[in-house]
Amino acid sequence: MKSEANRIIQVKNLVKQYDKLVAVKGISFDVYEGEIFGLLGPNGAGKTTTLEIMETLRDKTSGEVIIDGLSVDKNPSDIKRIIGVQLQAAGYYPSLSLMQLLDLFAGLYNVSINKNEVLESVALKDKAKAKFKELSGGQKQRFSIATTLINKPRVVFLDEPTTGLDPQARRNLWDLIKQIRDTGTTIVITTHYMDEAEVLCDRVAIVELGEIIALDTPAHLIDNLISKGFERKTEVKQANLEDVFLSLTGHEYRE
Amino acid sequence: MNTPKYSQFRAMMALAKASLASTLKSPSAVVFTLVFPLIFIVVFGFIGGGAFKMDVAFDSHIDKGSPIYQGLMASHSVNVIDDKTDEQVQSDLEKGKIDAWLNIQNTQTQGMPHYVITVKTSKASADKGNMLKLILDDIVNKINLGAAPQHQDIAEMRATEVSGRKYSMIDFILPGMLGFSILSTGVFGTAFVFFNLRQTLVLKRFFATPVNRIYVVLGESLSRLVFALAGALVIIVIGYFIFNFTLVHGLVTVLNMLILSAIGLIVFLGFGFIISGLATNDSTIPVFANIVTLPQFLLAGTFFSISAFPVWLQHIAKILPLTYLNDALRKVAFEGAGLQDLGKELLILTVWGIVIYIAAAKTFRWE
Repeated sequence: MKSEANRIIQVKNLVKQYDKLVAVKGISFDVYEGEIFGLLGPNGAGKTTTLEIMETLRDKTSGEVIIDGLSVDKNPSDIKRIIGVQLQAAGYYPSLSLMQLLDLFAGLYNVSINKNEVLESVALKDKAKAKFKELSGGQKQRFSIATTLINKPRVVFLDEPTTGLDPQARRNLWDLIKQIRDTGTTIVITTHYMDEAEVLCDRVAIVELGEIIALDTPAHLIDNLISKGFERKTEVKQANLEDVFLSLTGHEYRE
Repeated sequence: MNTPKYSQFRAMMALAKASLASTLKSPSAVVFTLVFPLIFIVVFGFIGGGAFKMDVAFDSHIDKGSPIYQGLMASHSVNVIDDKTDEQVQSDLEKGKIDAWLNIQNTQTQGMPHYVITVKTSKASADKGNMLKLILDDIVNKINLGAAPQHQDIAEMRATEVSGRKYSMIDFILPGMLGFSILSTGVFGTAFVFFNLRQTLVLKRFFATPVNRIYVVLGESLSRLVFALAGALVIIVIGYFIFNFTLVHGLVTVLNMLILSAIGLIVFLGFGFIISGLATNDSTIPVFANIVTLPQFLLAGTFFSISAFPVWLQHIAKILPLTYLNDALRKVAFEGAGLQDLGKELLILTVWGIVIYIAAAKTFRWE
């Protein structure tokens, strides 16, 4: 049973207004330590804005955000030291090698790291000397996630981490994310992929037009829907086409 | 748990190191900072040894035995053109391709030699044409005087030559090229880099780390400074060892030049920051960057002294910061000036620096 003491993130009445557009309309939720918490919703729902406010990258209009006892208003630098951030489509110095980039981030976080171990944890050890621009999409995402782990953070924020990846890469990234959670790190993830939310998240908040319209474990959400008499229109098979593709082409890393 | 205090300096140095590594892998940075200036230095370095020469077409029957002819050839200032027809000579004169046409004939009268010199010059190359006439005049006067020694002189000329350091073209060009290198590195490098870092969200990722924004700028600037000074050193060394560039006080001069380069770079970085903030997309950057660098490249006394310009253009040249950097570099290299002798140049550069950085603070964008 999750107690109040386990809350590592508290968001209270968060509002973000841009001129006339209110992107986030007063949402509140808690994230418990060690869980994978998802913000699920279509593009424009306000998930990324919420995430960026938690990451101290964006100012809020009103409300409170507390991470590990620290307020984003009063202690943003301290928060930055204990979180890992993976941005949607962020770049790095493209001509630098992965080793050089890891050195850079180790310096930025003021930590010493074992670069080989870090790369190994995201299965990029053999790409250590490769330049960032030479990596494939899946490899770039994996490297991005590697940079979030450098400072051994308490919380890792992932913004749509599997967008644009092929099925193999997605599945493998899911495994990686679960491994990170298993080491005790809390993960907050935004996604518009429903299957991703279902597979990964311990609890998920469904976000629509700046508001949370549901917050629960995926299982409960589904049970609630079925108990209201919902019936799927098409026959649900034991497998789907993605399963077919994966069983034919293999589950291991493609690249 | 006691976490050590966060060191912005450590973060800044990590950033400077990464930025420098990235710059060294960028071909355009190396081209603008090093290759371009070196090409000019090599070309002008080789030209520099040349002496003053006039292209003169001689008539086919010119009297080569005459003392005028011999005096003229002994001056080593004539490039003889003797392979053209009369029509070609006329047309070349009009176009300024030939500086003059010359004929010397001996029309002996009463047993005394009498040389008639016919010279044709053209408005198209007035300078050299006049030079030739002056040289011939001098020769003629000496001959005439020699023939009538009893003539009392009313005026005489005594000419002496002060010995001085040989000022060759490289001594003018190299500081200009150095200034150009510093300007390019400061403006182009910074403008493109910050624009791209911002667009590709590299900056945004940095801001998620505890590093302070200013230290990001400082780290990048430090890397650009190291790169520019390394380039400057290469240019000076090549100039000195291969083209006999004058370094009056040796190593001290080199040091002073590097300090000046650093000051110049810091000022020019400001331009780069402004451009990166104002540019809306990749293709506007070269436009802005060239507006800042090209006029200075042409007008700041990079290739030739600004005294060659008409006065109104000189006024414009005297506003540009590069003019003062070039002047300062020349004074240090050739006249052995110390930094304390460069009050005027340093003052103007500082004023420019203040103005630019105030503007940069207003226009620079972080995202």
